[in-house]
Amino acid sequence: MIPASFEYVRAESLDEALALLVEHGDEVKLLAGGHSLLPLMKLRLATPSVLVDIGRIDELKYVRDEGDVVAIGALTTHHDLARNALLSRHVPVLAHVAGQVGDPQVRHRGTIGGSIAHGDAASDLPAVVLALGGTYVVAGPKGRREIPASEFHLGFLETALEPDEALTEIRVGKWGEGGWGFEKLTKRAQDWAIVGVVAVRREVPDGAGAGAVAAGSGIGVALVNMASVPVRAASTETALADGASIADAAALADADCDPAADVNASVEYRRHLARVLVRRALEQASR
Amino acid sequence: MSASKSVRVEIKVNGKAVAAEVEARLLLVQFIRDVAGLKGTNIGCDTTSCGACTVLLNGQSVKSCTVLAAQADGASILTIEGLAPEAGDGSGEGAASLMHPVQRAFHENHGLQCGYCTPGMVMAVTSLIAEAGPGELDEAAIREGLEGNLCRCTGYHNIVASALAAAREAGVAVARTGAGE
Repeated sequence: MIPASFEYVRAESLDEALALLVEHGDEVKLLAGGHSLLPLMKLRLATPSVLVDIGRIDELKYVRDEGDVVAIGALTTHHDLARNALLSRHVPVLAHVAGQVGDPQVRHRGTIGGSIAHGDAASDLPAVVLALGGTYVVAGPKGRREIPASEFHLGFLETALEPDEALTEIRVGKWGEGGWGFEKLTKRAQDWAIVGVVAVRREVPDGAGAGAVAAGSGIGVALVNMASVPVRAASTETALADGASIADAAALADADCDPAADVNASVEYRRHLARVLVRRALEQASR
Repeated sequence: MSASKSVRVEIKVNGKAVAAEVEARLLLVQFIRDVAGLKGTNIGCDTTSCGACTVLLNGQSVKSCTVLAAQADGASILTIEGLAPEAGDGSGEGAASLMHPVQRAFHENHGLQCGYCTPGMVMAVTSLIAEAGPGELDEAAIREGLEGNLCRCTGYHNIVASALAAAREAGVAVARTGAGE
């Protein structure tokens, strides 16, 4: 399969990429690792007129310690995240899940920023950032702004990015203390999750309650492929904050989402999987 | 550089520079097969699933059906033909002794059935071993490391045994396991 014809241009810096986005308007797409975009183009589900290749912009490849936060450059590959010592120490769930995306070949090319900006609810990494209460830094002609992960994904393959903006950085609070769990069910090892679950738990002071979750502590549970966007299992989180058992809280895992049926799973099967996988992920996070 | 439907690329394939003016939409696998003329890299699913088109790009395994030739401009590509060129097509007198250790492991452990997935499997195993630290690869790690390569003959048992043998020769395998032994 061959993509529809397009014009290609390589940006050597973020500023150049942003200028090219403005120059080429609505018909342009940024190309990072290409492992979400190129398959869509080969199927002619996406037919951009211009591709701006940002894959060589080294200034967007990093993992930095910024005090309470780990900052990740958008063009860092899944492979590099999975093997990054700083990330493994401070946000181990993100390093682990990056190592579970696709397969080794995909992880060598695919980038965290590409995965998140693509906005597929079946992707693993957006759910991790959501569960951690992270934020996304985007840059555009009007400057730089931060978007909370909970406000970034708007619908199927739709994000809060403006057409002239690029995702540049992912920021997550250090979460080395406490536990985490990740579960996904796939038919083949390399497949997208039919349903995936990320659970993170940090010890919180007595009385901090569910409100502490958004501030980066407490318990966060996020679901992969249970709606058109990655979603928090809010009822489960609230139940846990109110002292419910894992089993009782997990029974509410699908209460706040609206999954779709597809060739892999019916709606009811997805709901069942969410409840089972949330229980397992919470059990892992509690160890 | 301004946006254009054709791109001048120069890609080092198995140590030899191959330069061409190509369509921007040309895939790396098509560049390897049709521009460089090396047909050892197979196209299987063409959807980033099967791994038959796996080559090394700057030393890392990639599925060349999901990389544009333009993205690989300036890169070094290693294909199955470049692993041990002195072994030729493997059929000559004493060729087995000239093979790359991973090729030889597949040869000795009969790590193939129809052979279509084999070039991709060999390149994926080569990348896996190159990336492994000492003692990192056991059978489970090899099976997980090969999750991006499908064998429609389902000949996985001997493929894993081949990969284990190659890893052992490279000094990285730890566990003695059941596969093919």
